[in-house]
Amino acid sequence: MLQEVMDVIVTTLRMVVGITVIMAVFLLVSMGLSYLYALFSRGRGAAKGYTSLKTVTFGDESAVTANRFASVAAIVTIFLLWCIATGSSLIPTVLPPPFVGETQFEYTARNAEGATDTATVFVQVYGSDAERPAQPDSMPLGDGFAKNDYVQIVERRTKVLKAQNNDEGGKEDGYEVIEINGTPVTREAVVPFGKGEIYMTKQGSLSVRPATGMTMEALYLPPPEKVWSSFITLNKEGYQGVGLWENVFWSLIRVVIGFSLGCLFGIPLGFAMGLNSWLRGWFDPIVEFMRPVPPLALIPLVIIWFGIGEQGKISLLFLAALWIMTIAARAGVSGVNISKVHAAYSLGATRRQLLTKVILPNSLPEIFTGARVAMGVCWGTVVAAELVAAEKGAGKMIIAASKFSLTDIVIIGIIIIGVIGYGIDVLMRMAENKLVPWKGRG
Amino acid sequence: MTGLVIDDVSMTFELPNGGNVEALKNINLQINEGELLSVLGPSGCGKTTLLNILAGFLAPTSGTMAMNGHAITGPHSERGMVFQQGALFEWMNVAKNIGFGPKMKGTPQAEIDAKVTELLGIVGLQDFAEKMIYEMSGGMQQRVALARCLANDPDIILMDEPLGALDALTREKMQSLVLDIWKKTGKTIILITHSVEEALLLGERLLVMAPRPGRVHKEYNLPFAEMGVGADLREVKRHPDFGPKRDEILSMIWDMEEEIMGRTESA
Repeated sequence: MLQEVMDVIVTTLRMVVGITVIMAVFLLVSMGLSYLYALFSRGRGAAKGYTSLKTVTFGDESAVTANRFASVAAIVTIFLLWCIATGSSLIPTVLPPPFVGETQFEYTARNAEGATDTATVFVQVYGSDAERPAQPDSMPLGDGFAKNDYVQIVERRTKVLKAQNNDEGGKEDGYEVIEINGTPVTREAVVPFGKGEIYMTKQGSLSVRPATGMTMEALYLPPPEKVWSSFITLNKEGYQGVGLWENVFWSLIRVVIGFSLGCLFGIPLGFAMGLNSWLRGWFDPIVEFMRPVPPLALIPLVIIWFGIGEQGKISLLFLAALWIMTIAARAGVSGVNISKVHAAYSLGATRRQLLTKVILPNSLPEIFTGARVAMGVCWGTVVAAELVAAEKGAGKMIIAASKFSLTDIVIIGIIIIGVIGYGIDVLMRMAENKLVPWKGRG
Repeated sequence: MTGLVIDDVSMTFELPNGGNVEALKNINLQINEGELLSVLGPSGCGKTTLLNILAGFLAPTSGTMAMNGHAITGPHSERGMVFQQGALFEWMNVAKNIGFGPKMKGTPQAEIDAKVTELLGIVGLQDFAEKMIYEMSGGMQQRVALARCLANDPDIILMDEPLGALDALTREKMQSLVLDIWKKTGKTIILITHSVEEALLLGERLLVMAPRPGRVHKEYNLPFAEMGVGADLREVKRHPDFGPKRDEILSMIWDMEEEIMGRTESA
């Protein structure tokens, strides 16, 4: 237990270092670009507008607006870092790529009789997405007891060469490889050669390790052009028989239905709680208990109850949206200025008219705020629910792809999920500006 | 019996700690039709409580009120209310706010439109019918609130510090407007205010209330409201009687405030 906690602390400290380095690199680029931007924009006509005349801007929140040039530059920077880290073909080489091609080294062996002989090993390293090259039909074996060898290795991988199998008398006691390219070698030692290094194992075999370079392997992060070409294919053929947009469509449909159900029941519930003491007391324990339960924690129960079909996922999204909408509607009703209620009654409104003409419109801003939150939560929940169990959906697509290490599809899925989540929020904000323009200006 | 009759109204609030506050004690008042009454007093003298009781938002602990001969039991459109601020409906434009009362009663739209146009003219907002409430200044909003109240044609207008949140210049203009409306429509108006000058200018009759328990301390009949109709209010303020009256009432209120302070300190 203590040991585990210590491990966690050590891991955390290492993460702190890692995060600091990443942030530092990103910020350094940012500072450099900011300096260039300042140089470039100086003398190109003074900035216009009231804000440009403010002398106190540090600490004045209204004087700080997002510099759109910086936003674009940040996206380009992230893209470039992606290209650099993966050794993308879109940009010139920055980090050394893994070695691919042909190379060779010599080893010297000593046999049981104490004689020594040298042989050559031809090494062919081929790309991970390339076909395995054909092996040469014949190869000069050389003279003496040590015979030439030939190995084929996938880039970044290692292959153990058992020189003793090929050499005459290699199985006899006393046989040993003693030098590589003229450098003496012992067991469990490493000797570099032209395009990589050789490790001599405990058993005396030679483990050939071609240079791995400094770029990331496509398994972890594929280069952008590979993701793009996968996207084109995915768009055309889909994945596992389901089209890309069909997957996205199913996720969206679930969100829309679940969210709508949540609104349909949550808003009246919130109104009831806001307008009636008994109902407020009646529902209060349920709402206050369910509100802090993350919808994801309900997934197992929902699967047990409803199975992995649509009903389960829609129920989950309904529950995710329900409490948020209930609380938003309740807050909207409670937030009505008592003067407005008094005014409406004094103007002759009935209770029903008060509800429809005053309380309902007055609570719309709160309801919209709740709807934005609920939509965000629903989108996150649907993806998570699909990760657990689904036949179609954006989440299902990426979890299925991850099982086959199809990192490019996973990344495409994540990008699409992010873009759609952002799009939903933008649409909600537009609807808000259109439908409740008085929000925050009362 | 026309007008508003307040008969021995008392209001006692229970405090959470078990104590009682006598917000109003044995108030007796008769307000005649067409009268312009201003109510003045230090904080806590129960003037807003009195207005809320008259509007029907609160029931007094004892006593009765009658309007034109029938008892007041709840809010009614015969008693219109103008609030300090925040009582307009932001989701409606100016015209719809003003037409709210008639609309609730099911008045035909053509009639509502005519009424709204007329009232917009009275409060000087002819060109603002389609504006939204949040696009207007505080003074304009109070003009809308006045017009909205008038649209319902109430028998009495209750004003709860309607000009309290306005700047001095706007306030002066609005005071003239209130006088104009009073004269043009002949409505009974009860106006609650913190400002001694305003109470003098806008009170044909002026009640000074005293706190703990809330009661009518002194009553004046004043000529200034009548003078102010259609005239420059600054002229009225230069009237030889105005200054002394103002000073008299001010020192009265000062004494009350000091008495309250003294009581709290000794307690």
